[in-house]
Amino acid sequence: MSLTHTAEKRIGAARADAPGLIRWLSEFTLIWKILSIALFAGAWELAGRSGFNFSFPTFSDTVAALWEMAVDGSLGAAYLRTLEPLVIGLAFSLIVGISAGIAMGLRHDVEWFSLPIFIVMQAAPMAALIPLVTFVYGIGLTAKVLAVVMLAMPVITINSYKAVRNVPPSLVSMCHSFMGSRQQQILHIIIPAASPMMFAGLRLGVAEGFSGVVLAELLITPTGIGDLITFHRSIANFAHMYATIVSIVLFAIVTVGSLQWLETALFRPEKRSSQ
Amino acid sequence: MSIAMQIETENAVPAASNPIIEVKGISKIYGSDIVALENIDLAFEEGQLTSLLGPSGCGKTTLLKIVAGLLKPSHGEILVKGKKVHGPGPERAFVFQDFALMPWANVMQNVAFGLKMQGVGKAAREDTARHYISEVGLSGFEQKFPHQLSGGMRQRVGLARALAVNADVLLMDEPFSAVDEQTRRKFQEDLMRLREVEKKTFLFVTHSIEEAVYVSDRIVLLSPRPGRVSQIIDPDIPQDIGPDELRRNDVYLDTVESIWHGIKKYVE
Repeated sequence: MSLTHTAEKRIGAARADAPGLIRWLSEFTLIWKILSIALFAGAWELAGRSGFNFSFPTFSDTVAALWEMAVDGSLGAAYLRTLEPLVIGLAFSLIVGISAGIAMGLRHDVEWFSLPIFIVMQAAPMAALIPLVTFVYGIGLTAKVLAVVMLAMPVITINSYKAVRNVPPSLVSMCHSFMGSRQQQILHIIIPAASPMMFAGLRLGVAEGFSGVVLAELLITPTGIGDLITFHRSIANFAHMYATIVSIVLFAIVTVGSLQWLETALFRPEKRSSQ
Repeated sequence: MSIAMQIETENAVPAASNPIIEVKGISKIYGSDIVALENIDLAFEEGQLTSLLGPSGCGKTTLLKIVAGLLKPSHGEILVKGKKVHGPGPERAFVFQDFALMPWANVMQNVAFGLKMQGVGKAAREDTARHYISEVGLSGFEQKFPHQLSGGMRQRVGLARALAVNADVLLMDEPFSAVDEQTRRKFQEDLMRLREVEKKTFLFVTHSIEEAVYVSDRIVLLSPRPGRVSQIIDPDIPQDIGPDELRRNDVYLDTVESIWHGIKKYVE
């Protein structure tokens, strides 16, 4: 009773000035977030207990399995194995993809030569080509790195290229009119102006890279996370299988989310200043 | 009456006594057959404000960009202080119609950009930038970003950036066309005041007859398709009257009227 009363009073006070209302709501966003996670966990738990599918574990079993794997070290060991092709593949995709995209955006001859390759790579279902990779590169690290690169690089490159092409021409003219050299033009105008769209491509590319590494570990040879998933499935240890899947999904979300933070920190001072 | 006579005499003697910029036989052809400018000969006198006026499609912005060195002419040459130029130079600064501000940079960084390109050190360029930011009335906004400013304020940033490099000639491409009418009037008045302080040569592209007559020492009227010089007008408006009086001044109103009659046949 008293709670409703205070809430009413607070709403009444907030109505008097709109910013107050917004502040009042924003104070509760953390509560909303926790509430939505709790709702999701509750629904999962209920679905698990209803027994609609024998392979579907409850939320609590999954969390327990996750904890067990974290403690016995199997999860950590699996991540160390998975991270190797992922990090190498993503680093290669970022460096080569961004450079190629920028070069294509800046130079028509490079565009003429390499754009068709990347358009084909982006349009083709690269996952279907992963089995072919093993014929050439075997089942080792190289093949898995290549799987990550094949999925991550095209979208990174195409977005970087489009981003450079979409830089407002008047900004480029402006730099030219103040006698900026071509190098200054690229460094001070084109790259900062292209960075928002480039980072959109980076986020997509990194997410694709995660798909690539998991696909490689499921399709080429079971190692790391792919091995954990395959192993626990084969011995009907479904809670552990789900726990592994949940962990890689969370890891991907955190990585892609931190890219957003990195973009704001590096290139978007105007976003930081406006609250 | 007196205006009509002036137009004739001016047409006969387009040469300026002390030209800082000379446009010689400039033509610009886009593609193979679209003639944007045809054989333009003009001279812009030092310390004067000259407007390029004309209906849309007459090539006035093209001409300004050629003078700025941002576009290459198909024929002809541009002389600045008697020397032929091939691109942008330190004696010319450009003010863009769409402001061309860097959204990721604050007012200070935007205004100091031209100096940064010239290799001026951070402290020195920020001092100069601060001076011109206050000159255009934006003191206190140094740390704001373009999206936090109104259209008029953004163009003031563009103007301050052009002033900061201390060029002799300011090239302004319809600088007030993207701001509202009230801001525009205030801006025009500020520009007049700035002219007194800065003693620079201004080249000003506009499609507004009133604006051209109000701010200019000389108006170059261009006709469209192909762009040619159709008239040169020196509005003979008394110098010592204030902005409010001027807008009701007979000479001002008659000049506006006569330009409109000259331009009407090109407008459908």
